[in-house]
Amino acid sequence: MLKTLMGGVALALAAAMPLQAQVDIRKETQRWQQMIAEGSPAELFEIEGEDLWKKKQGPKNVSLEGCDLGQGPGVVKAAYARLPRYFADADRVMDLETRLLHCMLTLQGRSREDAARRVFGNEDRPSEMELLSIYIAGQSRGVPMAPGTRHAKEREAFELGQKLFFHRAGAWDFSCSSCHGEADKRIRMQFLPVMSQPEGVRKIVATWPTYLVRNAQVKTMQWRIWDCYRQMRWPEPVFGSEATVALTQYLTVTGQGEPYAGPGTKR
Amino acid sequence: MSAGPMRMRATLGSGFTDVRVLMSHVMETGQRKDASGQVIPLHFIQNVTVKLNGKTVVEGEVSQAVSRNPVFSFRLKGGQKGDKIEVSWLDNTGVTNKTEGAVA
Repeated sequence: MLKTLMGGVALALAAAMPLQAQVDIRKETQRWQQMIAEGSPAELFEIEGEDLWKKKQGPKNVSLEGCDLGQGPGVVKAAYARLPRYFADADRVMDLETRLLHCMLTLQGRSREDAARRVFGNEDRPSEMELLSIYIAGQSRGVPMAPGTRHAKEREAFELGQKLFFHRAGAWDFSCSSCHGEADKRIRMQFLPVMSQPEGVRKIVATWPTYLVRNAQVKTMQWRIWDCYRQMRWPEPVFGSEATVALTQYLTVTGQGEPYAGPGTKR
Repeated sequence: MSAGPMRMRATLGSGFTDVRVLMSHVMETGQRKDASGQVIPLHFIQNVTVKLNGKTVVEGEVSQAVSRNPVFSFRLKGGQKGDKIEVSWLDNTGVTNKTEGAVA
């Protein structure tokens, strides 16, 4: 009697298993993410970024090594984890790429047209900005994300970013929150994180910039926001503009505290 | 085309060694066309070899189905701290590259 009962249980389990395997997309995705978490191809680009950081360029023929990323001129260690923040010399809040652009203009004497001509690269050649970002972000591994939150302009940027996040506009009447505002939304197989909640955004801000397997490229947060705007059918945002920095500020402050674990690998 | 950088990490477990290696390579499938409509020729890593203290322990054949900038990981039996691991690849155009490191 006991034997037959157990046989019945085993059968029921076996029958339930394929079904369970079907519905556990989330678990399978997590397993894949774990597999690719360490040893990101992004590492391959860090050396190139470091070379660019030290390369003398522009009319003034100087390297970016004198660039102050917030921790003093030339300090790259833990600099990324403390961005965005307010910079008194520019009197505005800046994220990493905006700050790099600022240094290219002021330090190296390059024109904005020259420095921002090719901010987003392609699979055959990453952009200077992308390589530099990967190198600098890599120097913050393990450092908890702690963007500036004390200065009035930093709080202002947070509030503007929050407004932009929920603001619906454009041909499709979309906002960031249309996709990233509630749980269990997805595009095809991709579950979309709720970016207005700390638990949804912490891991995100701690892994960008990142290597994207889908187009075999290293990409930055400025690109991610630019691409979201394209997907929402909004007008193209200006690189390093107040709006894109404000959004980055909003997301990073919401997700602060997570030790930086990038540059990562994403789908 | 010169071969891009490689990164390798070898870590000791209990009774085994995990080797993880990153390679930069275009891994062209021979199916893509460039802007002018010309087929981009097949260009991919064909062989991957792992050596432990100079002795070949893995000889792998790789196809064009593998992604650009591939990441490989191998688990080798045994190994000790300080053992020398060498990973090399050879592609279909005869270009080769290698990296060396010690088991940590």
